[in-house]
Amino acid sequence: MADLKITGLHKYYGSVHAVKGVDLEIPAGEFTVLVGQSGCGKSTLLRTIAGLEDADQGAIEIGGQLMNHVLPRHRDIAMVFQNYALYPYMTVFENIAFGLRARKTPAAEIEPKVRRAARMLAIEPLLDRYPRQLSGGQLQRVAIGRAVVRNARMYLFDEPLSNLDAQLRDEMRGEIKRLHQELGKTMIYVTHDQIEAMTMADRIVLLRDGKIEQAGAPLDLYERPATRYVAGFLGSPAMNFVAARLQDGGALSVQLTDGSLLALPANRQGKLAGRSGQSITLGVRPEHITRASGELREGLVRRTALIELVQPTGSRTYATFRLGGAELVAELQAHDVSQPGETIEVAIDMNRVVLIDPASERVVS
Amino acid sequence: MNGLHARRRLRLSLRLSAAVATTLFFLFPIYWLFMISFKTPDEIFSYPPKWHPGRIQFENYGVLFKDGDATAVWHSLVVAGGSTLIAMFLGTICAYSLARFKTGGEHLANWIISQRMVPPIAVVFPIFLLYVWLGWVDTYVGVILLYTAFNLPYVIWMMRGYILDIPLALEESALVDGCTRWQVIWRVVFPMCRAGLFATAIFTFVFAWNEFLFALVLTRTEVVTYTVQVTFYFGGQSNFWAKISAMSVLGTLPIFVVVAFMQRYLVRGISLGAVKG
Repeated sequence: MADLKITGLHKYYGSVHAVKGVDLEIPAGEFTVLVGQSGCGKSTLLRTIAGLEDADQGAIEIGGQLMNHVLPRHRDIAMVFQNYALYPYMTVFENIAFGLRARKTPAAEIEPKVRRAARMLAIEPLLDRYPRQLSGGQLQRVAIGRAVVRNARMYLFDEPLSNLDAQLRDEMRGEIKRLHQELGKTMIYVTHDQIEAMTMADRIVLLRDGKIEQAGAPLDLYERPATRYVAGFLGSPAMNFVAARLQDGGALSVQLTDGSLLALPANRQGKLAGRSGQSITLGVRPEHITRASGELREGLVRRTALIELVQPTGSRTYATFRLGGAELVAELQAHDVSQPGETIEVAIDMNRVVLIDPASERVVS
Repeated sequence: MNGLHARRRLRLSLRLSAAVATTLFFLFPIYWLFMISFKTPDEIFSYPPKWHPGRIQFENYGVLFKDGDATAVWHSLVVAGGSTLIAMFLGTICAYSLARFKTGGEHLANWIISQRMVPPIAVVFPIFLLYVWLGWVDTYVGVILLYTAFNLPYVIWMMRGYILDIPLALEESALVDGCTRWQVIWRVVFPMCRAGLFATAIFTFVFAWNEFLFALVLTRTEVVTYTVQVTFYFGGQSNFWAKISAMSVLGTLPIFVVVAFMQRYLVRGISLGAVKG
């Protein structure tokens, strides 16, 4: 049974239509990430689930009960806020105990519960300190501790890591995911960071402009995006898009603006029948362009590339080159290319490309 | 090198002497007030004036306590303290409502502060007539309610600013964690704007403490505040300087005490408001 069920949800801020009809079901125990650019309505959606905003239209059910007019404190949820929301005049212990005291937990139970939560998050030595004496990462742990100690039905995270530096963010990502495995609770996590979404989610809900663009398992969305937006949003470096046209020369191939042809493998032809001559956008992930050597596998096409920009990351090297008037980034092996100006042979894996109808921006194959 | 050093020293000593001179200039009237209160009548009227009494004596105060005049200070304490407590409580709640629920939109908040700009003299006689009708003249209730009414706009305006400065997430977090609105105000809003609360309370108290016009018109014999009591010593033929000064000192001391204990909050509260603008 769905732990959370949202039907036809709309939310307005004055004349701004922030959430435009969202339907969503989240099974119990699942880690769901709401992801999208700022202003896409993801935080509003989360706040509406928490009851901090009222739904203007539609229904929110938690555990099968309609929650639209239930106060936040009666929804049995815990929430972690972006700016930690810790009370500067309370010690870490009191901050974590805050929710327990607000719910009139017997005093004898508070201490062991707080200590247990603190131990889970490795902040036990900090319990007597005040928030101003802690670093950003420690503050975030305390904020998570505040939520964890509550033993709520559902946990909401509103961009909890966006104030941390990159290294801490990586660390806390793992920490939160581990927490989810230990607690087994339903968690809903809001972020604008597609890497957080990919690495943490059981299921990603990608929002755009107040609506769900696509929802599904991370790799599903990554490998089978429904729209150009989804294809471009997930993945770093982002997918390359090249304007092209479908050309029928016995079998369909993709013709770039410079006239060159990229042959499509036989199994990609079916869905494209009847589109011959139409313009199409070719989407290629950087990791599907490799350095060509020897005989190519079925479905790979060879091109000569003049490398314009080289960006080594250590494990991989990003190389930028031009193809049919567009700029493409290839994710090559670390030593495949050493400096700009080199000319190398690359292979594009046409088995893995996506073809997008430029008018509707929907993926057609 | 040495010249530069000397110049810097010179400038510093000039600055210090200017500071000392300014301080003396402002402290002198207070010093003089205290000194008169310790003098005998002969010393008060002696010419040339004596800079300090020959002997510190409390006879002038003794008279005030013996005659029961000193109870005026107690009246002032009750009136100022009572109206401050009520105004702070009601004002903070109103301010919360204005800040968080946008009660009345932007305009209500502006209208409220405009109430503070009414010249008291314009309303004092209508209020007097109203109070006669209500039987509130010369009562604690009457004076306390009036001071509360006059201080409320100030409290609401100041506290609204402090409350708007509290990050909303702190309150939302408490709401999700199980607090009612009242608990949020008690457990989050009050502690978060403690400095502002104290600073506002001090100004409210000082206003009520020093208020003269309403007290003069609305009190007679039962609830005479110290500001009104002092005027009783200005006679047709002579002024009782000894009593005037002793009474004034009694009226000044509580403010000294309040400011001395609350200075920390006062400075922080004022600068908080300053940053907010």
